[in-house]
Amino acid sequence: MATETATAASRPGRAPRWNDPRIRSVVWQILFVGIVVALVAFLVHNTLVNLRRQNIASGFGFLDREAAFGIGESLIAYSPADTYARAFLVGLLNTLYVSALGIVLATVLGTVMGIARLSSNWLIRKLAQVYVETFRNIPLLLQLFFWWAMLRVSAPAPRQAWELLPGVLVSNRGFVYPVPTADPVHHWMLLAVALGIAGAIGVSRRSKRRQVLTGAQFPSGWVGLALIVGLPLLVFLAAGMPLELDWPELKGFNFVGGGAVSPEFAALLIGLTVYTGSFIAEIVRAGILAVSWGQSEAASALGLKSGQRMRLIVLPQALRVIVPPMTSEYLSLTKNSSLAVAIGYPDLVSIAGTTMNQTGQAVEGIAMIMAVYLVISLLISLFMNLYNRSVALVER
Amino acid sequence: MFKKLWVEMLVVAAVTALGGVAQAGVTLDKVKQAGQISCGVPTSITGFAAPDSQGRWSGFDIDICKALSAAIFGAADKVNYVPLSAQQRFTALQSGEVDVLSNNTTDTLQRDTELGLNFAPVVFYDGQGFLVSKKLGVKSAKELNGATICVSPGTTTELNLADYFRSSKMDFKPVVIEKVDELRAAFFSGRCDVLTGDASALNATRLGQAPNPDDYVILPERISKEPLAPVVRHGDDQWDDIVRWTVYALIEAEEKGITSKNVDDKLKSDDPSIKRMLGVTPGMGKALGLDEKWAYNEIKLVGNYGEIFDRNLGKDTELKFERGLNDLWTHGGLMYAMPIR
Repeated sequence: MATETATAASRPGRAPRWNDPRIRSVVWQILFVGIVVALVAFLVHNTLVNLRRQNIASGFGFLDREAAFGIGESLIAYSPADTYARAFLVGLLNTLYVSALGIVLATVLGTVMGIARLSSNWLIRKLAQVYVETFRNIPLLLQLFFWWAMLRVSAPAPRQAWELLPGVLVSNRGFVYPVPTADPVHHWMLLAVALGIAGAIGVSRRSKRRQVLTGAQFPSGWVGLALIVGLPLLVFLAAGMPLELDWPELKGFNFVGGGAVSPEFAALLIGLTVYTGSFIAEIVRAGILAVSWGQSEAASALGLKSGQRMRLIVLPQALRVIVPPMTSEYLSLTKNSSLAVAIGYPDLVSIAGTTMNQTGQAVEGIAMIMAVYLVISLLISLFMNLYNRSVALVER
Repeated sequence: MFKKLWVEMLVVAAVTALGGVAQAGVTLDKVKQAGQISCGVPTSITGFAAPDSQGRWSGFDIDICKALSAAIFGAADKVNYVPLSAQQRFTALQSGEVDVLSNNTTDTLQRDTELGLNFAPVVFYDGQGFLVSKKLGVKSAKELNGATICVSPGTTTELNLADYFRSSKMDFKPVVIEKVDELRAAFFSGRCDVLTGDASALNATRLGQAPNPDDYVILPERISKEPLAPVVRHGDDQWDDIVRWTVYALIEAEEKGITSKNVDDKLKSDDPSIKRMLGVTPGMGKALGLDEKWAYNEIKLVGNYGEIFDRNLGKDTELKFERGLNDLWTHGGLMYAMPIR
């Protein structure tokens, strides 16, 4: 009794404001944000003052000026008479192009290798292991130099190019191949492909519903494929097979016409794919191992074949483990594409570097590079998070 | 390249953080305090700048740094050589990482203004040329339509190349590689038909790096003027003056017949202009903020312009460059020093 009164007497009416944890945390956060903002403002201000004092031009006005330098490969029309802004766009598209292709190829290669590492076949398992351990442990830059030197040194000069197939040639200038010349029928074929894809999705949904209701199976995969390939083929045949190829021809120094893949692009794409693929293989392996063995055994007991077991039971569950770390791999592949500078592929960093040097506006150039990579990375994260949500475990 | 990106970002951060890198008199004080000059030089061009197996630098560009060191410190070895690629050099100078560039840099209007740089007198008159394999059978640059051309980024070379092909209505495919070694490797392995650059550097590459120099030839056309000069940043006029007159003194010495061997005898000369230059009659050193022996030290320790040229590029070397435009004005060249008085 006596103790109770003592506690009651010593208990304060209310804690003072500065001891309230909520108020405290708000104050600290405001203070922190304030310091960060002040620091950034100070740096920006100081930069501008220093640039002005040294009479170094600043601002983004240079983007409208003529770039006046050439770019080796471009997805859009570009000439030295175009502006810096367009040169920048060329670089951005080149970066996106090689990154997108790299992500797709690395995913395919990584998944195959990851599954192969768990194969029951000793040779396949060991080969996959050698691949992963080799390429994961050599710095990417060295790998790029290696692929680039391979493509450059082992292939002959254009005049002695190897002809793999009629019109498909390999030389130290890259890989050239014939491309069909544009024809109005091609638009209809594209439309047919779109129709085919829509049809395939429809068929797959129907057959799934039917399987749920009646248990009867339908080979929706094959039918879908037939639709996607068959429809455009039908259009093509119906139009009387209007196929004219633009053949690459040796004119003067190099091949003219047709399509071409430069050694720089090829080296970069191979390097990024093989390097990132080795990491993805480990992620896939980890994901598959994370699904308990009992699941596979149960699937076998139900009579599923090994392919079905992987596709229907293991992978859907493994994806929950695989997708989040995969996002990081995609991000690093995209950022690693900036190593292109070293082997002369005109990516964003390479072109921004040249621009910075010609205009002297390094601060602006770096800011643009950072902004672009930030946006690309955030977009990849966003899409991967959306995808992750769709495969994540839904708790009921 | 991420590493390079980081370096550039650091440089940008340095520009941002280091206030007052460019105020009058500051550079000389900084250099004196550090006890050495930070000199931005090319990564490797035979005859202009190259380290030997012990890491000692030598070459034409290096001797300009040494002359500056001799003028300021009375010793030729107070130099910290910072090898910089064409793309790194301007940011390094702007941010104060180096005090002066002796880096085969072409003097242009835009660099002089928007990049915030000042150019010292031209030390080497060059022109852009094309190096090709003899196997191609090309005799003139006019036959280069459709060629693949290796070029280094961030140079006037890159722009002249585009200009030249545009004005002659020809096409080309550039392969742009920053590292000089990789660029040369790409050319010699046949990735490019042509390597372009300053004719002097191309010749040095041909003699120094080609598997067999006789298989390669420099085409006769010079598609541009490339006046190469040391560079300082805007805002420190005293430092600008020191670099400028260091170069003039080298040229003036050759014109007056003062060499590293006879400079001590010339101290006794009756010629008033020589007396002024060598500090026998004081005044010139004080005006620059240097020791009165500045020019004497330069010539004694490094030599005059002609000696530097012959030692690194000219008749004493395997490069065997003709003096040509780089001869004294009295011999039909363009080397002309302003009067030291």
